[in-house]
Amino acid sequence: MALLNDTSTQFSPWTDRSATPLIRFDGVTKRFGDFTAIDNLNLDIYPQEFFALLGPSGCGKTTMMRMLAGFETATEGEIWLNGAQIGDVPPNKRPVNMMFQSYALFPHLKVWDNIAFGLRRQGLPKNQIGPRVEEMLRLTRLEKFASRRPDQISGGQRQRVALARALAKAPKLLLLDEPLAALDKKLRQDTQFELMDIQERTGTTFVIVTHDQEEAMTVASRIAVMDHGKLVQVDTPDRIYEAPLSTYVADFIGDVNLVEGTVTAIDGESCTVAFAEGQPALNVISETRVEMGQRVFLALRPEKVCVGATAEKNTQNALTGTVTDIAYTGNVSTFHVTLASGHVIKAQASNGRRLSRRTINWNDRIVLSWTDTAGVLLKK
Amino acid sequence: MNTQMSWVNKLSVTLGFMFLYVPMVIVVIYSFNKSKLVTIWGGWSIKWYGELARNEAFLSSAIISFKIALVVATLAVILGAMAAFVLVRAGRFWGRTLFSALIYAPLVMPPVITGLSMLLLFIGVNLDRGMNTIIIAQTTLAISFVAVVIASRLLSYDQALDEAALDLGATHFETFRLVTLPIIAPAVISGWLLAFSMSLDDLVIASFTSGPNATTLPLRLYSTVRSGVSPQINALSTIVIAIVSLGMLSAWLITVRSHRRMQANEGIAD
Repeated sequence: MALLNDTSTQFSPWTDRSATPLIRFDGVTKRFGDFTAIDNLNLDIYPQEFFALLGPSGCGKTTMMRMLAGFETATEGEIWLNGAQIGDVPPNKRPVNMMFQSYALFPHLKVWDNIAFGLRRQGLPKNQIGPRVEEMLRLTRLEKFASRRPDQISGGQRQRVALARALAKAPKLLLLDEPLAALDKKLRQDTQFELMDIQERTGTTFVIVTHDQEEAMTVASRIAVMDHGKLVQVDTPDRIYEAPLSTYVADFIGDVNLVEGTVTAIDGESCTVAFAEGQPALNVISETRVEMGQRVFLALRPEKVCVGATAEKNTQNALTGTVTDIAYTGNVSTFHVTLASGHVIKAQASNGRRLSRRTINWNDRIVLSWTDTAGVLLKK
Repeated sequence: MNTQMSWVNKLSVTLGFMFLYVPMVIVVIYSFNKSKLVTIWGGWSIKWYGELARNEAFLSSAIISFKIALVVATLAVILGAMAAFVLVRAGRFWGRTLFSALIYAPLVMPPVITGLSMLLLFIGVNLDRGMNTIIIAQTTLAISFVAVVIASRLLSYDQALDEAALDLGATHFETFRLVTLPIIAPAVISGWLLAFSMSLDDLVIASFTSGPNATTLPLRLYSTVRSGVSPQINALSTIVIAIVSLGMLSAWLITVRSHRRMQANEGIAD
């Protein structure tokens, strides 16, 4: 992919054909009565990945995770872990641990005993349990709270206890079910970095389920976007954001302008798209193969559209419109610009200077401009 | 909590509690009566408690009652807990509504009917009446109460706790012993105490199902009272009141404490 950075030196086992996956979903289908939760799904997850399953509620992401943990069995297809089929292995015999959304800390046990629970069930000798628990307490910065009960610590601390308990047995695979949903925003952001740090230090493969796209983008090495039991796109966060394969993915991740139009000229990778009468055709360079006369969508991120009295230098597209809405969120301002054709285009400008007069106001006539590589052409 | 009660509320609370407890208070006071006549006050004394302690018939009945109550409470907790688990955990199965209705029906059934049907059954299967028959009959009723108490606790039980235990390598039995049971223990204990006090109080079912060597304390009391009230009865009643109130109080305390802990847990999780 020429438009994005070369990733060959980075961690990317999914591009290496000789790499063996840790998890393989092979034609997996899961039905609950008439309802198909997972529909003929194929997916490889590699060792040491931080893999995110992302989608709206009811898309099947939690079912996939529960199949990995062993709480659900696939109706059809096979699930492989580390080269062995795990369909018939009960949850208490799998080298997989899970961090539950509700944390599911044992309320009658102290933090220390919560973390030691799995080690004791494993039958580890006492003189090995102690050091291992201490290690987990240090890793999650919980040393001071070892003798507290779960109802005597804060939400953020409980989240870390749940993580420590799940990691204590050094599982090959750690499943995280909406691990940060119960935390407030500030704590959630800090915890995301902590999770990444712990994942890197322990070298464990993490699979996280979330409906928060920002969270998935932050932590994951790859994201699987799901809808109605199917994988819509599996890719790295930057590819998901900058090169979505469908309007569903483009719309689900972040903010986007979707302009529907018809291809009127093709010259190699560049083409022009007419979208409304009286408006200039749009120039796009896109790797998507299109044909003359085809209906396509241009997906254009608001932050890639410049607003100003005139078009920016070196941009290949320029449209004139009226500012109908301004959303100021501190770091950025989002302008809703209505074109003569009735289309509303969102454009974002970062507020780089603290003391500056606002130069664009409601009802101003302004020019939107962007380059021919700013957007992506989508067929569906 | 700090809101002032209006005088109407104060009056109704006072009247209500008087209605409930004045008779009992009178019994307690008269159990310390010196006089031989039950209804005439003759000064303070604890001599009737002494006489009671020397009354062989009452003592043996008390022992029988306690033995029965212990067995009944324990059996009812085991069977009632099993019923509660099926009611809450088994999901939808054919006849579930009927099953739950059948579990709860004895709660509203008059004990006379339970007693009579038990008597007919025991005669039908030719079972000699005695302690065993009382235990069986009382247990059938107590199961329902225990099932209600435990089922209501299980309804608010986060099943992820059991899944977490399994996920960490515990077997199903270990999960029950180390996680489920300790967490629902307050409900199990209050169910046990409830069944225990019910068995200790029961006169109706016991009168239908008792045999020659199994006169429980309520039965003994009732037959003694019919031939004239001795001040000893007051002393005995006071002791029974003390035991039952202690049981009820501790059941209540356990429930309140576990409820507070549960609320604290949920409060922080939000």
